[in-house]
Amino acid sequence: MSAQSDGKRWRRQLHGSLVILQKNVLLYYLKPPVLIFGVLFPVFFFLAFKMGRDVSPSGVVPGMVAMALWFTASAIGPLVTPWERRAKTWERLISTPISLRAILAGDVLSGFVFGSTVSVIPVILGLLLTDAHVTNLPLLVGGILAGALTFASLGVLLSTPPASSPSNIMLLSNLVRLPLLFVSGIFVPIDQMPAWAGWVAPLSPLSYASALIRAAYGSVPYFPVWLCFLMLLLFTTVMFAASCRFHRMYRAKGL
Amino acid sequence: MINEAAEIETVIKVNGLTRRFGNLTAVDDISFQVVRGEIFGFLGPNGAGKTTTVRMLTGVIEPTIGSATIQGYDIRKASILSREHIAVVPEQANVYLDLSVWRNLMLMAELYGIPRDRRVSSGERLLEALGLLKRKDSKARELSKGLKQRLMLCAALVTEPEVLFLDEPTSGLDVQSARLIRKIVRELNADGLTIFITTHNMVEAGDICSRVAIIDKGVIVAIDTPGNLRSMVRKRQYVEAVFREHAPPQEKMESIPGVIRLESDQEVFRLYTEAPGSVATLLGVLTDSLGLELEQLNTRKPSLEDVFLYYTGDGGIE
Repeated sequence: MSAQSDGKRWRRQLHGSLVILQKNVLLYYLKPPVLIFGVLFPVFFFLAFKMGRDVSPSGVVPGMVAMALWFTASAIGPLVTPWERRAKTWERLISTPISLRAILAGDVLSGFVFGSTVSVIPVILGLLLTDAHVTNLPLLVGGILAGALTFASLGVLLSTPPASSPSNIMLLSNLVRLPLLFVSGIFVPIDQMPAWAGWVAPLSPLSYASALIRAAYGSVPYFPVWLCFLMLLLFTTVMFAASCRFHRMYRAKGL
Repeated sequence: MINEAAEIETVIKVNGLTRRFGNLTAVDDISFQVVRGEIFGFLGPNGAGKTTTVRMLTGVIEPTIGSATIQGYDIRKASILSREHIAVVPEQANVYLDLSVWRNLMLMAELYGIPRDRRVSSGERLLEALGLLKRKDSKARELSKGLKQRLMLCAALVTEPEVLFLDEPTSGLDVQSARLIRKIVRELNADGLTIFITTHNMVEAGDICSRVAIIDKGVIVAIDTPGNLRSMVRKRQYVEAVFREHAPPQEKMESIPGVIRLESDQEVFRLYTEAPGSVATLLGVLTDSLGLELEQLNTRKPSLEDVFLYYTGDGGIE
């Protein structure tokens, strides 16, 4: 197969991923589970954490941004495939000449775009309503983009069990996302958490995104910046590869 | 990755295809070919393996053993290339209910990489042909089942396939929609499209298919043109007679040479035979000799339904 036809095939698959992204934007961004688990959840967690406590804005705003990113970017993946299985559109989709990998890449892109866009809101609110300020904008942008990609991959990985009901997968996704939220330095910086939490924190991708975002607001990062980016890249790669593998295994289940 | 030039006319080539789900063998070592321009019917009772076969051929599930090619592309080794040549209207699949009719169409065309000008013009033409143009901007959830099925067909055809897979396309549809879909299928075939259709509607299969395969318990039990299949089940041919006032005694009719058995349904008598012509002649002679009169005399070939029942284990009488 020539390099030219390889290039053409790659472009076709990339185009397919973008078409999947477009479909997901039109169909899923405003679905109730996305709004509840992706947008309302972080707001309520923020209020539960902040109200009645004397916490400095510089401590709250980066956590809020990281938490919004975590919930929004990982909200799309667990919804799309189970929804399509239940609506009986999945079979038609996987019989198109778009590879399963490209379809899943489109789902990851959907979470990435949703997460990185929505997380701009707490950044702006933090700048307007508090005295928290961004000291390193490129790092903030890089942290948000890298985090969004990783969390969107996690969302797609969580969608792999062949459940017939989207609510089962949303439940599973919260069973994974909520515990990780508390050990990733969102509410309390990792160096101030108990020792056991410090051991668990490196296993959570949110810890690295949170460290990058805190560093962008002027805190000293718990992990070196390069390590954060490296680990987010690693998590993304492993989770996406696992998603492709599991989706292939469960491809025909629940049709 | 085209295997042989000779295969070009063979659009679908299936060789020893098998699919197991745990201990259940849903499709067991089936082989057949579909040539360009055919309407190939795949008939079988519920659970016979029709949909599993279609899902393997369209890349939805992988075969356990065996191989198949579509337009020369192996469905396992060159799955994406093989899927570029096909479009599917699955039995239970649905359109995107929250998208408009038009967006559903354009989405499918974009997934197949159809250029914008072509997908717009063919989209409008197809909606017009299938009576959906006025509903272009309606959400798909507002359509009836029949209109959704028409939309599924539009969404398949807008991708410009060379082979169209239709899985029970008219199942549960109103008469108008079913008739329209059959008409469109015939027209598409006349334009050169190869069609693979699964159905358990024998009238439909006999009406539109150029060849049919009958699958039962995962195994292909017969494959030929509907006419040849009907002829093969020669014992199900019969002479149908209605007599004015009185019929000859049954034992006399049963003793006509070539009569295998006699059935009667009030005044209608059916004499099953492998030689309906000579039995009809002899029945006429018998009736005359007894001074009786025939009101109707017809020779009947078995219907495709008779053939189907014969091969799928409910032929019973044989």
